[in-house]
Amino acid sequence: MNKKVQVQATINGEEVEFLCEPRQSLLEVLRETLGLTGAKEGCNNGNCGACNIILDGALVNSCLVLAVEIEGRTLTTIEGIATPQGLHPLQEKFISHAALQCGFCTPGFIVASKALLDQNPDPSEADVRQWLAGNLCRCTGYDRIVRAVLDAAQVLQEKAV
Amino acid sequence: MQLFDYVSAGTIKEVVSLLSLNNGAARILSGGTDLLVQLRENRRRAELLIDVKNLPELTSISYDEQDGLTIGAAASCYQICSDRLVQEIYPGLVDAIQLIGGIQIQYRAGLGGNLCNASPAADSIPALIVHRATCVIAGPDGTRSLPVEQFCIAPGRNALQTGEFLVAVHVPTPGQNFGAHYLRFIPRNEMDIAVVGAGASVTLDDSKQKILSTRIALGAVAPTPLLVAEAGTFLEGKAVTKENIQEAARIAQAAARPISDLRGTSEHRKHLCAVLTQRALEKAVERARA
Repeated sequence: MNKKVQVQATINGEEVEFLCEPRQSLLEVLRETLGLTGAKEGCNNGNCGACNIILDGALVNSCLVLAVEIEGRTLTTIEGIATPQGLHPLQEKFISHAALQCGFCTPGFIVASKALLDQNPDPSEADVRQWLAGNLCRCTGYDRIVRAVLDAAQVLQEKAV
Repeated sequence: MQLFDYVSAGTIKEVVSLLSLNNGAARILSGGTDLLVQLRENRRRAELLIDVKNLPELTSISYDEQDGLTIGAAASCYQICSDRLVQEIYPGLVDAIQLIGGIQIQYRAGLGGNLCNASPAADSIPALIVHRATCVIAGPDGTRSLPVEQFCIAPGRNALQTGEFLVAVHVPTPGQNFGAHYLRFIPRNEMDIAVVGAGASVTLDDSKQKILSTRIALGAVAPTPLLVAEAGTFLEGKAVTKENIQEAARIAQAAARPISDLRGTSEHRKHLCAVLTQRALEKAVERARA
């Protein structure tokens, strides 16, 4: 009983294979088995968004997904957001707007914002605030984060033209 | 986290046999947004989790003008709320389902989980009750149907027997001159659990001045979501007037049996019952007339 299970998935464009116990969360396996420590464990109960990843296009809390559930699925973590050519505009704008202080929530915010811009390239401020309501930041007061996301959206749209 | 096994089921029959075989030690895993937290905190126990997200019956949403809407128990809130037909025909359901958690929860959590978790404050349940929705339940003896208002039996407990699980929720076709609305009170703008939730539906006559039938249901004011049948009976056959709506709201308020807890006092909840019921009815009428 409770034997380890072999799981195959595509993470940040790479085929990955790992062993996990059925009770292990995806967050735990990402961090402790696969060494992808960008996703953070904030609350471990789905409240804070620090562990956000994109699973087949859907933004999810990786603390509320079992690692065994991702068999055959495709996911993007914060480690998959930048390219060899450089940082993603969201990452650049988070830096230039100083949209972080302690930085613990930042990977979650960037992944969540990426998921937003993937489906809504031109969000209003209200859209951004509504979308990011499941991500908690105790330092910034959110304004700088919202401005960074709106600014990044503009950069991405200009690039697309 | 406690130890458990995991299986991704392929058929309804397989789920039923696994549930029966494990005699209460197996649990259904759908979105997992309640279950995984409860297992981690040892608020529930499980030796086996049966993932039902790979069963087409559990994740599909279908609509038929005759039969109405069938929502698979594991269809996510996001999937339901972004369904064009659901938005168009059942805006009163979307009112409630879109309130369940932030976007990360919306992508995982489903209607079935919201029902099975049987929270007195579950947002979707009053909305389903006023739409006269029924639970489609599979078990060792086949499939049975149960009105949503009978599904929750106590906080955290539902009417499923050993070997049974929720396959889908069925919502009848609204019919002519129907409107429904759900709203709740929370002290914040978003991301909270209802202090009180109220759902209402009305079917008006062709002049749109008289109420033919109505349903009112409240959340977070009793051990289970509450259908206030007497408020419906009062309004049936009555004209749509402010006085009649207010009287129905008073009846709903009188039926509520709220407790005081960290989210609000019993008095505050009683007050909210009347205010929210009135607003739910007014919006339901507005939609019925549109």
